[in-house]
Amino acid sequence: MNDRADNTPAIEAEGLTKIYGTGNTEVVAMRDVSLRIQRGEVVALLGPSGAGKSTLLTALGLINPPTVGRITIGGVPVMDGAKSLVDARAFRRQHLGFVFQKANLIPFLNALQNVQVALEIADVPPRQARHRALELLDYLGVADRAHALPDALSGGQQQRVAVARALSNHPSLILADEPTAALDSQRGRQVMELFRKVAHEQGAAVIVVTHDQRALDVFDRIFEMEDGRLRPAQLPVQPSAKPLDAKHDPATSIKD
Amino acid sequence: MNLAVHDIRHNLGRFVLTSFGIGLLLMIVLGMSGIYRGMIDEALVVVNRIDADLWVVQRNTRGPFAEISRVPANLEDRIRAVPGVISARSFVAHTIQRERRGKPLRISVQGLAWPEDKGEWLPLVAGRSLAQAHFEIVADRSLGFALGESLALGKDTYTVVGLTRGMVSSGGDGLAFFTVRDAQAVQFDLPGEAIRLERAARRARAGEMDVGRVTPLLLDRASGLAAGIPAFGPPMVSAVLVKLAPGVESARVAATISGWPDVSVHTADGQRQLLVMGLIDKARRQIGLFRVLLVFISTIIMALIIYTLTLDKIHDIALLKLMGARNGVIVGLILQQAVLLGAIGYGIAVLLGDWVFPKFPRSVVVSPADYWALAAVVAGISIVSSLLGIGKAMRVEPNKVLS
Repeated sequence: MNDRADNTPAIEAEGLTKIYGTGNTEVVAMRDVSLRIQRGEVVALLGPSGAGKSTLLTALGLINPPTVGRITIGGVPVMDGAKSLVDARAFRRQHLGFVFQKANLIPFLNALQNVQVALEIADVPPRQARHRALELLDYLGVADRAHALPDALSGGQQQRVAVARALSNHPSLILADEPTAALDSQRGRQVMELFRKVAHEQGAAVIVVTHDQRALDVFDRIFEMEDGRLRPAQLPVQPSAKPLDAKHDPATSIKD
Repeated sequence: MNLAVHDIRHNLGRFVLTSFGIGLLLMIVLGMSGIYRGMIDEALVVVNRIDADLWVVQRNTRGPFAEISRVPANLEDRIRAVPGVISARSFVAHTIQRERRGKPLRISVQGLAWPEDKGEWLPLVAGRSLAQAHFEIVADRSLGFALGESLALGKDTYTVVGLTRGMVSSGGDGLAFFTVRDAQAVQFDLPGEAIRLERAARRARAGEMDVGRVTPLLLDRASGLAAGIPAFGPPMVSAVLVKLAPGVESARVAATISGWPDVSVHTADGQRQLLVMGLIDKARRQIGLFRVLLVFISTIIMALIIYTLTLDKIHDIALLKLMGARNGVIVGLILQQAVLLGAIGYGIAVLLGDWVFPKFPRSVVVSPADYWALAAVVAGISIVSSLLGIGKAMRVEPNKVLS
């Protein structure tokens, strides 16, 4: 799918609505959300708790289908209302990457294996998977910690391993849910810059749900959600449209 | 990448401890089979080794191992006259209880016909078989006697000349082999006062009968040795063991002897059947039911362990699902751990059992078939017990990672 024509949006959502419960207990978590993101774009999603950010993210990640609306990823229609048009698990395996507030590394696997397992799940032979996993850890500047268990890694290192894992299947879309919430501001910014680097270099679209407004200049576009509605954010800080400074490589500048 | 092995290595201590617990449980299951087989082995040890084709016993009894059987000692002379019989020898079996070093000691006394049967067929681990008609015994080492040790029974003292291994009765009492005469002496030993009273009573009874009044010699004999009274004859024996000539049909000889009104005849196979079905059948069923219960308990415990191990990994399983892992990856993770747990538990059970079972007071015989059966049961338990964990894992939603 990464080889498709560049004009094809990485993801396109139309009229997404999510309703929980029925009758008196009905809650509308997401109202008529439409969105189009190109490859290489880094997009922030802001908003208070309960605004519907995670609902949108899980809908786009084919985890929690919308009640109404359509989702197309890389030109492939994947969701029509609650009906999945593809094998959601197989699609996630091949085309999506996830990063969370917590790194969510598998505790009994070391950093290398945490990345390798994602590749093996995507049917990459073990030897190739190991090689690719090492490349990714090197790309993200944690190759020297490849054989450390998650417990032995700092929060920043864990998050970079999680990003490496998310990148392992060459995703066309990376969904990140508050990936810097557990990090201090410096490390938080480094992770955000990492997303920008990945998006630009690997051609993936990145959607980041965040409360952290200190690194908003990293994003190409910023949206905010309120009461389930999505709109462009009105912020004093303007998102950066500049290409990533080659001298400021987050993978090599992050120090833990 | 084998996730199951990586998880086990990460929690090695807990896994080893759990496997050890499962191993102990499985060892008990294995031991139950062994105890049952040991009971059969012990019950049949004499019948299997004594080399008799037919057992001639008191009419309508099931033989000396099942109940009291008394046949006249001269029955063997009658049997020798039956065509096809090459030997007939008396056999005595009874149990005595004495005290030794302040503890009760039960001895299963076996009387062998001297000089035809000197006990050469016994599995000796020390010493020799019987070499004289009196005052020697070959004892099983489970009785605790030392070679050359003297043992006072009744009015005589016997010397242990040989030791056997694994020769115990169906009740678990060690066997001691005497000559028939000595076994009878032990069995019919009475205190002097009892003999005197019996002789006086016998004389009084004879004096009141016509036969006593008209034959004064009988009155004299009635007050003397029992052996001196032809009507009493020599003491009774438990059974007569018959050996047939090669090619002789045992059923035909058995039918001939069964025609006599005072005896019943059992073939060696019949004697084995009687022992297994009659004597240890209830124990067999009891042990069998207990074994089934243990298998159920093992399954439940293993299922709970696997379920708990799965619960510990529920977040990781949700993550794997989110990454798109097929169900096979997740089922494999749980199933492999269950099978490994079962396999290691089985190994521990076998090793521990081999070490512990010989130390049991009674024989525990584990056959290759028992090992295979337990392996199959463990495989079954492992699969069944993993179902609970697999069911839980299958229900986990990938968005659990976000919570």
